[in-house]
Amino acid sequence: MRANGGRQSRSRTIALVGNPNSGKTALFNALTGLRQKVANYPGVTVERKEGQLRFDDGSEAVLLDLPGTYSLSAHSPDEQIVTDILIGRTSQVDPPDLIVCVVDATNIERNLYLVSQVIDRHLPVVIALNMVDVAESSGIEIDEKILSEQLGVPVVRTVARKGIGIPRLKATIQATTKATGRARRWPLPEPVLKEYEELAALLQDRHRLNSYVAYHEAIDLLTSESPLPDHCDRYAPELIEHVIRDHQKLDFLGYDRQSIFVISRYEWIKGVLAPAVRHTTPGRRALGDKIDRILTHKIWGFAVFLGLMAIMFQSIFSWAAIPMEWISSGFDWLGHQVILLLPPGDLRDLLVNGAIAGVAAVVTFLPQIVFLFLFIGVLEDTGYMARAAFIMDKIMGKVGLHGKSFIPLLSSFACAIPGIMATRAITSPKDRLATMLVAPLISCSARLPVYTLLIAAFVPQTRILGLLSLAGLTLFALYFTGILFALSLALLFKKTFLKGTDSAFIMELPRYKIPSPQTILLQIWDRAWVFLKQAGTIILAMSIVLWFLATYPKLDHASPAEQLTHSYAGRAGHLIEPLIKPLGFDWKIGIGMVTSVMQRELFVSTMGTIYNIQDANDNAGTVSLAHQLRSASDPQTGQPSFTMLTAICLMVYYMLAMQCLSTFAIMRRETNSWRWPLFQLGYMTTLAYGVTFLVYRVGLMLQIGV
Amino acid sequence: MPSFTVILPKTTHDQRARPGENMTTVSLNLLRPGERGKITHIAGGQVNVRRRLLEMGLFKGALVEFIRVAPMGDPIEIRIGEARLSLRRSEAQAITVQKEAS
Repeated sequence: MRANGGRQSRSRTIALVGNPNSGKTALFNALTGLRQKVANYPGVTVERKEGQLRFDDGSEAVLLDLPGTYSLSAHSPDEQIVTDILIGRTSQVDPPDLIVCVVDATNIERNLYLVSQVIDRHLPVVIALNMVDVAESSGIEIDEKILSEQLGVPVVRTVARKGIGIPRLKATIQATTKATGRARRWPLPEPVLKEYEELAALLQDRHRLNSYVAYHEAIDLLTSESPLPDHCDRYAPELIEHVIRDHQKLDFLGYDRQSIFVISRYEWIKGVLAPAVRHTTPGRRALGDKIDRILTHKIWGFAVFLGLMAIMFQSIFSWAAIPMEWISSGFDWLGHQVILLLPPGDLRDLLVNGAIAGVAAVVTFLPQIVFLFLFIGVLEDTGYMARAAFIMDKIMGKVGLHGKSFIPLLSSFACAIPGIMATRAITSPKDRLATMLVAPLISCSARLPVYTLLIAAFVPQTRILGLLSLAGLTLFALYFTGILFALSLALLFKKTFLKGTDSAFIMELPRYKIPSPQTILLQIWDRAWVFLKQAGTIILAMSIVLWFLATYPKLDHASPAEQLTHSYAGRAGHLIEPLIKPLGFDWKIGIGMVTSVMQRELFVSTMGTIYNIQDANDNAGTVSLAHQLRSASDPQTGQPSFTMLTAICLMVYYMLAMQCLSTFAIMRRETNSWRWPLFQLGYMTTLAYGVTFLVYRVGLMLQIGV
Repeated sequence: MPSFTVILPKTTHDQRARPGENMTTVSLNLLRPGERGKITHIAGGQVNVRRRLLEMGLFKGALVEFIRVAPMGDPIEIRIGEARLSLRRSEAQAITVQKEAS
């Protein structure tokens, strides 16, 4: 059926565009279901979300979810990609065959600004008038038939989160093949219009631009500031000169070039909406305002914020422990089956102690990642994140950052990679860079395995005031110190080489809404999948390499300890021992530090492998690694390998060191340079080394934990 | 199909600022929660900053309502049309409004 349905040689590409918070993601999910994949745009790292849209007759189209944007003249990398694709500035991505504009019915006037720019592009357009239910309950009535007549494009009412209007939207998309919108109906004063048309004609003529693209670029040129440094590589010098003369002429006539193009669009929008929209209570948000009064309150606002953070940590550490236990026993069972199945020897050893143990050590942490993204997803989807940015902006502003930097930094608790990716929402390039540079200092979930292992092994199981466990407090202290370092360094960077601001702080506070389980679950699935893929590939490969390094070359009739010392890994550990001795670390920790340069959590599986080998005679198999670390001793002196001070120093080192190849790679791609990732690696390593050294020395001096 | 009366945000009762009636021109930053004003001027600054403000609907003639101040005194929340926006005081300072008689 499917093969017969899609008769076209190439399936249609449909792009989804819309303002942030317009319910675009929910609509994308409703249209594609689980048939979606995430990749990156060539050259840049803006996330490219693509899905299969299946019509009733079985034919299919590709649905492209473009980043949310307020306009096509925007300048953040995320918004830029929308313009580049729609205007066709990039040769790598073909312009879409049809554009679905998602319009938030509760804020139709501002949403139509982008629609007006899209219609000017003269591609087939369908409007999804979304969240009509919320609009109606807030006293906004929209007649979509009149709106459709006014705009000249089909309008379909939808409530994406409830799946309402989706079949009609699909049918309309399928039926729409021609550009029907009336381009550039907004009025301009005569002298401006004259220059505008002249310039557009010149662009078509000299630069062979499509007429609709030429009109878009003409606005961009006319509203920019002389002498157009950003445009010089794209346009001929004569054209630039022409534009500068236009600027002088219009400025002399007293026109505010920037305002005029914006205001005339809004004037046109008012006319379009006049017969189609009825407001009964303009600007009212009865319930939302009550909620805001609490959530942005001087005391309650922060109380709720801290409460939410506390619940988040509680869920990660207590609730996640239950499924973690299941996963852990699952892998133990698997290892046991292999032991029963295979005869003793290198192969069995490789499978049980190399592959299974290595992967298990990492996959066990999946529940924590799921819980964290569940939290972030709910906070984002309800609209609370923007309020958190609102109440946190003053603090973030103190360290020179943006309230919006708060969200990427919060995401960095899960992983610096999505955190760094989330900085795309920050419009100021300097603020964005500062946020990216410090994001990996926030303790991510990959550090958790290291922290939990060391805490379980060395922090006493005591409770303070019968409520707070010392283990929990230690963890809190680590997270808190990480935040402190991140913020101090952000301030340092913003005071030195990233001085000044270059963008508006303006941020929308969207309406509160009931979170959509589908949106949140799909996001969790995306993140969990990325994590599992890493566990199945890099970590599996590294575990096997590590097992090899720790097993060969073989030494006959040797104790496990001697065997390890003799192995390649042991030699590497010994090699760097002089470097890490001042931090209180021995060569075994050295091995862990070397192997976890790629990924922090590999420290745990390395320790697992190392200590499993040492205890190879121990057939119990389920002795916890924590217990083994505690009881491990130096084979020569008999002194314990780990003291509490060693554990603290290790945690401090892992709190501050980069130890993550993926972060390095994402920085390389996001900043499109080697300079920033190298700088980040350099400063973090120096910082980690320096601070750990200090902690060790002070600890020794005061005899703490030795 | 219900027929709709034409009521634009510009003509709703709360926007009828009568000229000469107790009107003062102040910076948006200086309004108090609940107060409204019509934008009369947006001071020039960085092109991208200004363009963003304009595109979000903050242009000459637009009506803004001061909603609230963030718990630590900055930023502020304003209403423009149906949207709620958060602005830093330093940005709000660049926007001059004609305060509406309350």
